[in-house]
Amino acid sequence: MAKTLEGYIGELRSTRAWRSVFRGGSGASNLRRSMAVQQNVFLHLASVKISRKSLAFRATWFLGTLSFGTFLILVVTGILLMLYYHPSVPQAYADMKDLRFVVSAGVFLRNLHRWSAHAMVFLVFAHMFKVFYRGAYRSPREFNWVIGVILLLITLLLSYTGYLLPWDQLAYWAITVGSNLMSAVPVVGQKFRFLMLGGNTVNANALLRFYVLHCVILPLAAAFLLMVHFWRIRKDGGLHTGASDSHE
Amino acid sequence: MDKLSEEPSRREAFVKLGIGAVCAAGVGAASFGYEFLSPNVLYEPSPIANAGKPDQYPVGSVTQDLKAGIYLVHGPDGFYSMSATCTHLGCLTKWNADLGIIACPCHGSKFNERGVKVDGPAPRPLPWLKVWLSDEGDLLVDRATTVPPGEFLRT
Repeated sequence: MAKTLEGYIGELRSTRAWRSVFRGGSGASNLRRSMAVQQNVFLHLASVKISRKSLAFRATWFLGTLSFGTFLILVVTGILLMLYYHPSVPQAYADMKDLRFVVSAGVFLRNLHRWSAHAMVFLVFAHMFKVFYRGAYRSPREFNWVIGVILLLITLLLSYTGYLLPWDQLAYWAITVGSNLMSAVPVVGQKFRFLMLGGNTVNANALLRFYVLHCVILPLAAAFLLMVHFWRIRKDGGLHTGASDSHE
Repeated sequence: MDKLSEEPSRREAFVKLGIGAVCAAGVGAASFGYEFLSPNVLYEPSPIANAGKPDQYPVGSVTQDLKAGIYLVHGPDGFYSMSATCTHLGCLTKWNADLGIIACPCHGSKFNERGVKVDGPAPRPLPWLKVWLSDEGDLLVDRATTVPPGEFLRT
């Protein structure tokens, strides 16, 4: 007797190995579907059920999802770029040149990283404008708005720290200007600039500190807050779909 | 006082002790972190730059040392040196001999050959730096020490 594709998948999902990984069994009941989401460590951040309205394009223009998509592209391409990049003064610029002209697919990955970074800044701003003009920041979603503002700041800091890493003239003077802006902060400005650069001028220490911030500290902070950001969507009653149905 | 009423006050004392210990540890961690993040040794170039023998600079010349980030000017009243770092946001300025002006490429500040601002957002004139002759007769400039404008070195 011929089996359908669904039959094979159903058989696979009832095997002991599958059940040991995914815990919940197969089945098409609403309970089973809910449990598939609820019992998965990644999916459980999201609701087990959402309204059709919140899935429509007009509700969000998918801007938050697109921002997260660019973040994922940046993580993947960034890790690959790290395999050829040394954050040291004699090598950084040459490594960037190598990535463009010597490494196979290097120019593709570097440009993908660069354009995704620009796109992410644009999309995060667009996402926030959309949330703001739809009034989606209002109760009970105020705290998620605050997290969103912090995520915007992290996005801009990632952009700023990544700007230094090619170690060309544009990077050097942009960070010189930016760090001098910071020293205009009363009382702590000079000290903060010194700690950020690890010295008095944009130099080897600054390059290394920006590299660590760009590749470790800021992405981890962003990932942590993104997790809370997504979880709060469910906890705050799902996506905001319009002014009149905030308690839908 | 019986034992029952004594217990909560002892518990409170332990809680206070615990909070105090956490606060002390927090302050310690903050100062530890601050000390760790402040480099104790900097491998930055020496602030003193050697500009060579004075007779190579004719009177009326403005010479820019790109590496040291300074100007050495041999004016009619003698030598003086200025920082080439713009007082606005720290970009490196450039001497434009045709216009007789020091210009910053970043935000368009302009200074004359005495460092006085003539245009742009720079809040202060270019600082004058200490210039003196070494025992060997070389001109030395201390980039970390400013002097009031109008202090010339006569040779």
